[in-house]
Order: sequence, then C-alpha cells, then structure tokens
Amino acid sequence: MDNVRLLDRAYNPWALLEAFQQARFADATDFGATAVFTGTMRDFNEGDDVAKMYLEHYPGMTLRYLQTLADTAKQRWSLNDCLIVHRYGDINPGETIVLTAAWSAHRGAAFDACRYLIEDLKHHAPFWKKETLANGDTRWVAENTPG
Amino acid sequence: MINIKYFASLRESLGKQQDQIPCPSPCTVEQAWTQANPDTAPPEHILVAINQEYASLDAALKSGDEVAFFPPVTGG
Repeated sequence: MDNVRLLDRAYNPWALLEAFQQARFADATDFGATAVFTGTMRDFNEGDDVAKMYLEHYPGMTLRYLQTLADTAKQRWSLNDCLIVHRYGDINPGETIVLTAAWSAHRGAAFDACRYLIEDLKHHAPFWKKETLANGDTRWVAENTPG
Repeated sequence: MINIKYFASLRESLGKQQDQIPCPSPCTVEQAWTQANPDTAPPEHILVAINQEYASLDAALKSGDEVAFFPPVTGG
C-alpha cells in the first residue's frame, strides 16, 4: 500500500484515510494513536479573494522527495506507518490540498511525526502555488506562512 | 551535455522551461546557469536540484546530469 501519493483531482481525505487504515492495519491492534493533518484551500490570501489555484510540481523529484520524507519519519519515530497525500494541478477553494498522518503506539510519536511531515513538506517538497484572484489577476505565492 | 529545467515563476520570468548546454569539465551548477543565462544573475533565493536531489550552486556537474532551478517552494 503506497504511503505517498500525488493526486490530480479532488479527494475526500477522510475516506482515503479510512481506506488506507483498513488496507494497511485491517486486524492490527498494536497502534494506539493516529495523528492527522489536512490542509484545505482557502478563498482568501494576503487580503485578497482567491478564486482558484494551480499547483505546479517537479514530476521527477516530488514523489521521490516525499518518499524519502516518509521513510525518514519512520526511522526517526517509532511509527506503525505514515501517509502523505498531495494534490497538483487545478484546485478550487474548499478542496483538500495535503494530508499527512502518522500511526504509533502512543500519541507523542504520532503528533510529532505528523507535524514533522507537514512542516518539512512545506519547506522542501517541490510544489509551487499560483493563485487566480477573484478579479482575474494571477500571481505566484512567494512563500508559505510560518505556521 | 547538461539538461537544465526551470520551474514556476522562474520559468515564466526566463520565458523558457529548459536548456541543454555542453558540459566543460569541471563545471559547477553556477557556471551552467551563467552559460545558459549569460545576461541574468541567478535570483537570490534560488533553489537547485541535481538529478532530482537538492544541491548547491557550487556543486559539480557531470555530463548527462539534470539540473533544476526553482524559486522557494510553496506546497502544503
């Protein structure tokens, strides 16, 4: 079961989580904690109304970077598994862009690994957001918000 | 030959998504940039990858490498 995925269309993060957990841990009773982060597209940014977004990425590098990130998290914390899902292409407000999740015996590792996955992804995974504002103007997002 | 790729706002400002240049040995990433873009200095916060892994402007290139230049990332 791939624990890193790139998707070019809208998805329901909760259905995907349930399907992953069912496939990956069908009868497992050895994890006590699941931590999840989802990032959803807003309809505003820096004081402007945003109509839609295009997410560019570096096809040859993105999946490879995210797989290394997931593997690093599993080495750094005692995890049963972790999951990274990210959209690319055209995205509308209200749609889920990113999902990170971590499963572990206790909550500390799950929370810490889930936070690590999203923070590292935001700083290093080769994605770039281009916004189309409500007035039709387009602009590249220069940098992510600090937290 | 060195294959160069440009992404996002950098691709748009340069008006091209790729270049192919000969690889004089030795050749650093910064030298490859200058050869491909003689009239444009690399932007201050530019990021570099060689063969899909992060690298620095002073890293060495060899023939057949793919070097990518891109602005700070904004995923998530």
